[in-house]
Amino acid sequence: MTNLLILPILIPLFTAIILLFISKYINVQRGISAISTLATIAASLVLIYTINKDGIQSVNLGSWQAPFGITLVSDMLSALLVTTTSIITLVVLLYSFKAIGTDRERFYYYPVVQFLLVGVNGGFTTGDIFNLFVFFEVMLMSSYVLIVLGGTKAQLREGIKYILVNVISSALFVIAVAYLYSVVGTLNMADISVKISEENQPVILTSIAVLFLIVFGLKGGIFPLYFWLPGSYYAPPTPILALFGALLTKVGIYSIMRTYTLFFYHDTGYTHMILAVLAIMTIIFGCIGAVAYWDVKKIIIYNIIIAVGVILFGVSTMNPDALEGSVYYLIHDMIIKAALFLLIGVMIAITGTTDLKKMGGLIKEYPWLGWTFLVAVFSLAGIPPLSGFIGKLLIVRGSFEAEDYLGAGLILLSSLMVLYSVIKIFLNGIWGTPKDYKLVSKGHARYLWMTSALLVVLAVFYGFGAEALRPLFSQAAEVLVDPNIYIDAVLKE
Amino acid sequence: MEILMAVVCGILFMSAVYLMLSKSLLRIIIGTALLSHGAHLLLLSISGLKGGAAPLLGEHAKSYVDPLPQALILTAIVISFGVTAFFLVLAYRTYQELGTDNTDQMRGNEGND
Repeated sequence: MTNLLILPILIPLFTAIILLFISKYINVQRGISAISTLATIAASLVLIYTINKDGIQSVNLGSWQAPFGITLVSDMLSALLVTTTSIITLVVLLYSFKAIGTDRERFYYYPVVQFLLVGVNGGFTTGDIFNLFVFFEVMLMSSYVLIVLGGTKAQLREGIKYILVNVISSALFVIAVAYLYSVVGTLNMADISVKISEENQPVILTSIAVLFLIVFGLKGGIFPLYFWLPGSYYAPPTPILALFGALLTKVGIYSIMRTYTLFFYHDTGYTHMILAVLAIMTIIFGCIGAVAYWDVKKIIIYNIIIAVGVILFGVSTMNPDALEGSVYYLIHDMIIKAALFLLIGVMIAITGTTDLKKMGGLIKEYPWLGWTFLVAVFSLAGIPPLSGFIGKLLIVRGSFEAEDYLGAGLILLSSLMVLYSVIKIFLNGIWGTPKDYKLVSKGHARYLWMTSALLVVLAVFYGFGAEALRPLFSQAAEVLVDPNIYIDAVLKE
Repeated sequence: MEILMAVVCGILFMSAVYLMLSKSLLRIIIGTALLSHGAHLLLLSISGLKGGAAPLLGEHAKSYVDPLPQALILTAIVISFGVTAFFLVLAYRTYQELGTDNTDQMRGNEGND
């Protein structure tokens, strides 16, 4: 089954094409997209199993030998991310059935979500730097459509800014690839790594590394390039926001992880120092934003930025423990952010406002919602034994080993800020004086809650089952620590 | 020849930045189009211009040009064409909805601060 790793890209692609033709039959669309996303999950689970058994999988498209053609490579990190992405997409789709509204459903919501899945899965899987750009564009194109779908004033206004920022960063991406190609003369990621280590990383590569950091940082939302993120993510409705918050920034982070551990690891003194400083600044500014706002959406959006900082700090130390922690935390963050966005989506649906000061007392009428939210909050803040704790523990331990006490301390401190910012939602929105809400029926709210609870349950299992999943994460981190494993798997078939 | 191309790229980037810093939406979009033109030209010139024959087996030349940048630029042009078209339509729709193409008047989320 060498072609297995193409399936998580091909299944959503064909589904999207089919869905384009039946846009008027909403129920059929729902059925097909749910079934095909299930198939994608199944394929990616088989992929994890295969990689665990046989090592890194790679496919040379069109049978062009490895450094010349486009190669798709799936190591454990890619496979885990692809699986998580597909699971989140499925849950968001289930949530959308009742939350997105028939107007958007009729105007190509489901096909575009599938295209988004193609882009994200492809970005995680590809082993070719220019192909990564192409998959980025597939993902961005779908996100442009999703962000303006519905055409409200706020969506159009923020959509314009979002597209402008991303067009600029795409142009920079092309420029960065052009520079890299002119230095190393190849586009295959494994081959680039070989050529760079043969030439012992010439100085020009440091500037290319920083250029890549700017490109991926713009997508991933690191300081000071996150300025577009709170505004743009605020505009679209909850399911789309959950997809964006859980998936899009993570592709940027994955790309930074990949390029900084595979290409630019020879001279870490300058580039990884910049990465560490920016990661710390990202955490600090994310905390300030999360604590300052009284708007539920804004609070969680700023929490994305904090998580970006934590993960990238782990990457910047280049320490095996911290890298493993980063991988674990990356997946934890995808699951829990999607869950939180969907849960506050339920709260917004019930109360009809995003302003915490106008909410209150949801626990009386909707106790299940309140307690699920509390579990999600604890998991996000990293209270043991929930999933956020293990990732942070590994990152902090790794940075202690690398003797970076300031960063480790700040990560621990940021957990408190995270806890404060989300507990604020719990205290003001879910506790407090009950108010009269008549916006939605209880059944509707319960459906939305049940779908989002799926992710919270997954996050809880992810935390409790960390010991069982540990071999997979060590395997993922191993490739990041030692690039030769990746190179051997791709170039020496 | 490459130096000339480098200068042309620089001019394109310069005009792109100038246009994108203005307030009119249409100028910004023209700026993004110029920016991607600059990037594509850079991509084309990275492996050297006019270095040899076309990369076909029947040519029997001493040296061939590198076909890869041309393949890349083709992909990048198609993508930027699509994005620009979408951007133009979106700008028109935004103009209809908001009644302005001045980015100064497209600020912020009212009532959420």
